[in-house]
Amino acid sequence: MPDTILELRGLDAHYGDFQALYGIDMQVTEGEVLAIIGSNGAGKTTMMRSISGLLSNRRDQIRYRGGAIGNLRADEVAHKGIALVPEGRQLFPSLSVEENLLIGGQVGRQGHWNLRRLYDLFPILEERRNVPSTSLSGGQQQMVAIGRALMSNPDLILFDEISLGLAPVIIKDIYTALPGIIGQGMSAVIVEQDISKALSVSSRVYCLQEGRVSLEGASDTVSREDISRAYFGID
Amino acid sequence: MIVNGYSVTRATPAARVAAMLGAIVLAILIAAPWWAGRADLRLLGELFLYLSLASLWNLMAGYAGLVSVGQQAYVGFGGYMLFALTMFAGLPPVVAIAAAGVLGALISVPVAALIFRLRGAYFAIGTWVMAEVFRLSFAQISALGGGSGSSLPVGIVKSLAASRQSREWLAYWLALGAAVSVILVVYLFLRSRKGLALTAIRDNEMAAGSLGIDIWRTKFAVYVLTAALTSIVGALIFLQKLRISPDAAFSVNDWTAFVIFIVVIGGIGTIEGPIIGTLIFFALRETLADLGTIYLMVLGVVAIVVMLKAPRGVWGYIRDRFDLNLFPLGYRVSRTDPKES
Amino acid sequence: MEWINALVQGILLGGLYALFAAGLSLIFGVMRLVNIAHGDLIVLAAFLGLTVTTATGMHPLLALIVVVPLMAGLGYALQRGLLNQTLGDDILPPLLVTFGLSVILQNGLLEIYSADPQKLSAGGLETASLPVGGLSLGVLPLLTFAIAVLVIWGLQWTFYHTSLGRSFRAVSDNQDIAQLMGINRRHVFGLAMALALAVTAVAGILLGIRTSFDPSVGGGRLIFGFEAVIIGGLGNLWGTLAGGVILGVAQTIGAKIDPGWQILAGHIVFLLILAVRPNGLFPRIAA
Repeated sequence: MPDTILELRGLDAHYGDFQALYGIDMQVTEGEVLAIIGSNGAGKTTMMRSISGLLSNRRDQIRYRGGAIGNLRADEVAHKGIALVPEGRQLFPSLSVEENLLIGGQVGRQGHWNLRRLYDLFPILEERRNVPSTSLSGGQQQMVAIGRALMSNPDLILFDEISLGLAPVIIKDIYTALPGIIGQGMSAVIVEQDISKALSVSSRVYCLQEGRVSLEGASDTVSREDISRAYFGID
Repeated sequence: MIVNGYSVTRATPAARVAAMLGAIVLAILIAAPWWAGRADLRLLGELFLYLSLASLWNLMAGYAGLVSVGQQAYVGFGGYMLFALTMFAGLPPVVAIAAAGVLGALISVPVAALIFRLRGAYFAIGTWVMAEVFRLSFAQISALGGGSGSSLPVGIVKSLAASRQSREWLAYWLALGAAVSVILVVYLFLRSRKGLALTAIRDNEMAAGSLGIDIWRTKFAVYVLTAALTSIVGALIFLQKLRISPDAAFSVNDWTAFVIFIVVIGGIGTIEGPIIGTLIFFALRETLADLGTIYLMVLGVVAIVVMLKAPRGVWGYIRDRFDLNLFPLGYRVSRTDPKES
Repeated sequence: MEWINALVQGILLGGLYALFAAGLSLIFGVMRLVNIAHGDLIVLAAFLGLTVTTATGMHPLLALIVVVPLMAGLGYALQRGLLNQTLGDDILPPLLVTFGLSVILQNGLLEIYSADPQKLSAGGLETASLPVGGLSLGVLPLLTFAIAVLVIWGLQWTFYHTSLGRSFRAVSDNQDIAQLMGINRRHVFGLAMALALAVTAVAGILLGIRTSFDPSVGGGRLIFGFEAVIIGGLGNLWGTLAGGVILGVAQTIGAKIDPGWQILAGHIVFLLILAVRPNGLFPRIAA
């Protein structure tokens, strides 16, 4: 049986008085692609922020490769080998395309990904490497955001709503490229509102509803009915 | 007011007790010339003027978010206006003090128009530049003694009151009156529509903006009001000193650093804070002043520690502990017997 | 000719003001912090220079080897030990904490060095001059200006051509996302303050050679630096140099008209520019 790379144990999250996550339990196994679906406000992004260290949690609520990391800062989590492709891409506007990619590599972890391989994957970025990242199209910006995360050669990569705000043809391109990207010995968690896209690339799926896990199952066996029940909370 | 079993009140029992105690303390303070010695009377007068400056700075920084390190501009301006108006325009000192307030308000309008272009922390340094401009400009006026300053002529001093004792009493009462008026003005302003808007701005600038409150105009009004009252306090300060010079009138240490320490230590953004802070400041000064520069360093360290560890100051700490509010600004909702409604 | 002389002296003086301003501009750019104690830190550097030169007999410019790392180390410690705790959405804590720091520094210097004016003695360098086209230019002002250009060029290069500069810009853009890249913003802020105070050390030593100084002059240096930053436009280091030059020229021309007007003329030009171009002459980022 493969090892667990990431484990959430009763993960809670709060924004002031508002509780966004209630006791989430979840495991990601080595080399697996896990999808997380759920409607707006279900707590998906909060979960990504918690795992990546942008939100602080109790130490033992998040375990990574057997160690408790719940209380680590985001930069410490990054050095452990977890990378986040954040919602809304969030490139650095003062940095050029290439600088945005290089800064991802500043963690200094060795592995498959380097600038050359990224440019082979996304040739358009090499062409436009010296322009400010803000002058790229939405799809190209998403490539930079993904590339920036890959440059840190993570063992676990988190994608938060990578199709949000992009044209369908671009989304298709990105999801076509995704298995090849993840196939480099990485584990991945994909947060996605587009259920069919999420199921197509993942082996297992969790559905969140109002901060709780409402469904857990294998991506190829869960039924549409189960999903819509878990997604919308309709019985 | 009672609605569906909830009563909405402004005054709390603590506030009523405080108002009563306040009235008693005020009566005792008004009678101070009969029970306090000369030196104590002078000290109390100085205390009230610092309390006024602190309450005004608190109105700007604690409520309007305008952090100024240049209020010495108006202290000095007010002081110089007292000297100029009595010496050259022949106004009686008390009239000159009031006129200093009006002139302070007038000059603050173009000043604000300029420095309001700077945001946040840069606004703070902009106010300092303005104070320097004032200082250097007054140092150029030879009729007021230029860089070395001048003393208030004996004739004008005497016109205030015949005997030295009655002059000292008058100066004391004016200082007490200034402190009481300033606190009252700040209190009433904060209870007014504009004041409530200010609190809204402080608590959430975006929300206040979306409510259609013209933030800029409200802040402008606070700045001008503060300038007017600070000028009056400045005139009173130099009525006590009887001598003025650019360096003393526009001292950043005396009129801004101390005032900031008072407010920060006492509790910024509360009306009670400056009162507590002034008492602590004077208590420390009277016991540690012999230490000179060390005393100032201690004050700086205390202010930093308070800012980092208890940003609402001594009063904020007390209020959170005991839920006290001596100057009720907001309304409180409490459950009353349902049968009443 | 006298006016041209005043103009040239003003330009050279602007180099010193740009050095006052560069550190202020840098830390504002990276972490939106306005350090009220900046001027007192310049004066602290001058006094450290005094201690080093009197203890070792070194030339003040040589003393930079000691004072620059000392100030940089102090900057890092100050940022990580104190100032990082003040950063957030509220502008009050950083302002009031650096204000408190300013009072502590000023009185600390007063306690150690007394209120007597001091000067760093640079021997022949202070009086040496070069005849240039009928003007006699002091070697020290020329050197100061050259150092200012070099320092600003160096900062610019660090910002745009090193991984440290990349981290500075990333943290300035978005602190959270920069953390995701494995950048510890507390450390980066510490480095930014270290760099700013290293520049401040250079400014302090050059100030100490040029004029006499005492513990009370910090506020004035902060104001000159601030004016240069605003005149030049926030976030633009070369603009800061231009701002320093404009301020320097305004002061020397003002002094030429009436010696009492030197500083006032500088303030007035600053206020005029603020009235006409509130974002400075060469703005890069919004305040």
